Amino acid sequence: MKVIIPSETDRLDAPVFGSFGRAPWFAFADTVQNTIKFIENGAMGSAGGAGVKAAQTALKSGAEAVIAPRMGQNAAEIFAAADVKVYKAKAGSIEENITWLAAGKLELLTQIHPGSHGGMHS
Amino acid sequence: MRIAVLSGKGGAGKTFVAVSLAAAAKQACYIDCDVEEPNGNLFFKPEEERTRRVSVMIPKFDDEKCTGCGLCTDFCRFNALALVRGRVLLFKEICHSCGGCVLLCPEDAADYTQREIGEIREGTSGSVHVLTGMLDTGESSGVPLVQELISNIPSGETEVIDCPPGSACLVMESIKTADYCVLVSEPTTFGAHDLAMAVELVRLFRKPAGVILNKCLPEKNPAKEYCLQTGVNILAEISFDRETGKLLSDAKVAVNTSPYLKAQFLDILATIKKEMRP
Repeated sequence: MKVIIPSETDRLDAPVFGSFGRAPWFAFADTVQNTIKFIENGAMGSAGGAGVKAAQTALKSGAEAVIAPRMGQNAAEIFAAADVKVYKAKAGSIEENITWLAAGKLELLTQIHPGSHGGMHS
Repeated sequence: MRIAVLSGKGGAGKTFVAVSLAAAAKQACYIDCDVEEPNGNLFFKPEEERTRRVSVMIPKFDDEKCTGCGLCTDFCRFNALALVRGRVLLFKEICHSCGGCVLLCPEDAADYTQREIGEIREGTSGSVHVLTGMLDTGESSGVPLVQELISNIPSGETEVIDCPPGSACLVMESIKTADYCVLVSEPTTFGAHDLAMAVELVRLFRKPAGVILNKCLPEKNPAKEYCLQTGVNILAEISFDRETGKLLSDAKVAVNTSPYLKAQFLDILATIKKEMRP
């Protein structure tokens, strides 16, 4: 399975980042091929719509699942429409969360928070 | 003459000052641009209020015509569009109505439609014409509503714009067309801090401006110190007064009850008129 995870740095032992759209990095892991790569999140500095842009990036990468501690409603809506499963991250590193996902130990993320849609207009 | 009343900090007395200026003038229009929490109408209690809904343009997509090329989603700098399984998803709260997607679509699959975001209420209270903008609950940006309010001000002798708090987009939109900016401050460290931000804003817009030091007490006034140290123009000082506080908490137009306040605000209007003509 191809999975995308928001990450604090570009290392396997990095903690999962607290926000999806505003994460500095994304880890792209392929649990079948056993490969992983990190890319910088171009949406991080967006004035608004970071969640939408980041979710779009995830779809383009071919991700079939997402692991995140929390997610805004816009990104969640995109993943729901694309039938991409969103799993709730546990406290731990990127690597540990990938292992937990493969072992079926992560639950689906059900709590979705409202977005701060205003961007810079607040 | 068009006067915008702003403060940076909320609770400094913008609405008190704006309502007092409009009520003290012979004929005036009071425009409440604090569209997230308009409350000037609580003082004016306008009669025969008419309500008009305000909309913005957003795109709608024809899924039959759309080929899912992604030109529009890549173009949208506000990230309001996403391409999911070959279809465009619109996040309408993020859309800024720029129309780029409609112009760009090679398949003619995008068109405009309207989305309501709030309303404008219009009525009169004695010699004051009252315009109130009310943003719908849940809307993120009141900018289009403020633009609509400003473009509907009937020309008159005195127009007073009551701005939202802060110094961001909504305030900028509210002061753009003003001839003069009145900055209201209170004697606190917070008041002085946010006043400095408001001063910076009106300087950016090159507006003539003056400060009303509100709720003044005999004690130290950080806002006044800031004005004196940086050479910011002080228009007037209004004393903290229990009677005025009582009038305001009863939603009364203070200048209609207190001859002293009426004289003070007439003075302020005269000073503004003088300072507008360099």
